[in-house]
Amino acid sequence: MSAVVKIRDVSVSYRENVALKGANLDIEEGSFLCVIGPNGAGKTTLLTVINGLGKIIKGNVKVLGMVLNKRNIFAIRRNIGYVPQKQDIDPRFPITVREVVDIGRHCRIGLLRRMNEADREIVESAMKVVGISELAARPIGHLSGGEQQKVAIARALAQEPKIMLLDEPTSNLDPKARCEIMELINKVYWERRLTIVFVTHLLGHVSDRCRQAVLMKRGRIVWQGNINKALNRKLLADLYECPVEALERDMPLAIN
Amino acid sequence: MLEIFQYKFMWRAILASVFGGASCGIVGVWVILLGIPFVGVAMSHAAFAGAIVGLLFGFNPLASAIIFCLISSLFIGPMAEKADFSFNTSVGIIFSFTLGIAFMGLGLIKGPKTEALNYIWGSILTISDGDCILLLAIFACLSLFLVCFYKEIRAVLFNCEIARASGMPEKFIFYSLLLLCAMTVSLNLNTIGGLLIFSLIIAPPSAAYQLTYNLKMMFLLSALFGVASCLAGLFFSYLFNVPCGAVIITCASLIFVVCLVFSPKRKVKLYEQA
Repeated sequence: MSAVVKIRDVSVSYRENVALKGANLDIEEGSFLCVIGPNGAGKTTLLTVINGLGKIIKGNVKVLGMVLNKRNIFAIRRNIGYVPQKQDIDPRFPITVREVVDIGRHCRIGLLRRMNEADREIVESAMKVVGISELAARPIGHLSGGEQQKVAIARALAQEPKIMLLDEPTSNLDPKARCEIMELINKVYWERRLTIVFVTHLLGHVSDRCRQAVLMKRGRIVWQGNINKALNRKLLADLYECPVEALERDMPLAIN
Repeated sequence: MLEIFQYKFMWRAILASVFGGASCGIVGVWVILLGIPFVGVAMSHAAFAGAIVGLLFGFNPLASAIIFCLISSLFIGPMAEKADFSFNTSVGIIFSFTLGIAFMGLGLIKGPKTEALNYIWGSILTISDGDCILLLAIFACLSLFLVCFYKEIRAVLFNCEIARASGMPEKFIFYSLLLLCAMTVSLNLNTIGGLLIFSLIIAPPSAAYQLTYNLKMMFLLSALFGVASCLAGLFFSYLFNVPCGAVIITCASLIFVVCLVFSPKRKVKLYEQA
């Protein structure tokens, strides 16, 4: 398999802080990569390097064979579905669920063009896969946090992306909603064979489809390899700088 | 009462009310949903400062107002981005800077300051045919932009970051919105006045926001409320011989209060059952 993302010696800085330092990473096509680390480790920054939202001060990035630069940025982003962390939406905001999912399609069809029947079918299909068809006419702000995350995933799917970036999609959700979102991500990965990069700081939120892991700490990639080797007591205790017993409370996965 | 329609200046005022009110209503939806309502006040003061500088140095005040307003709108975004602070902070800096220039200019104008002060309150009854044509032109530009880029505008209004991450030219849309907002504010300087136009940009969309979950309907209602405020203001100012701009704003505020009181969005449970 070929690498769809190649990150070489990339550093990202915001104000005085260097959020990512000299990162090197290859992401294989069709892989499910989990980025794990404590808060402030640079996990979200690593995601934003892939879709060009981060301010790269050093290094270079290749996505889907294209160098990430001003010329290619729109083409790259159109092929990447991005699900950001849960955001507060004004309950009175005048936009429906279907209109939010449409946004994913709009970027594919381009300026000055309208959605055709095929585009509408793709939007309906994305909502069906995610299980929000019956919510289509509801204002987005009226949905629960879990439902809003499903809408965000449907919007990303409507884009028909080659890569999906999921930034802590299960944070701040109750256990039921978290399970539903995890099942949905697994289903999407299985059925569509996308390349998925999944960021989390909670080990209990790691998908069982995930095979590769990247561990991050203080803006650096400190370890990368097989997920089963990553879930190792010593490695995790070093990563989170706290005893593994404390981590286990939120870690239903088996630890070697 | 019908004699008001005999006067040509009144017909010009009616046309200005329709085009100006609708333009402010459309622009208002953008600034309200982008969460940058004070961009209106910053631009209205930039336009006011531009007009004062124009008067001071003998340029066309309207052209000078447009230039000041456009420059301000182009500074607001990049300043916030480069300095990495909130957009509203950038708006506040531009607002205070242009206010300073306006008052400095007012102080430097020798003799009576009546013409300069007209730009604070506006004077819809004294506008020319040329002003009416400019208002029609900016209304046409706004409408055309809205129709052509509606799907991109909706995405940017919903969430700029998502629009950017999806590969939309969100900066082009965002800065176009700001530039059109600047043009609308500066061209309405003669009619509503620099001090009052801010209210006409905020009140009609805020009223429309109370009534609908449909963005297209919000644009339509906001434009209608803008037109209704201007026409009602014109009518009452003629009837009671009071300053027109002030009555327009009072009418816009009253429409907002009525919409707030009868807002279906305050009855969320009823909506859920439906």
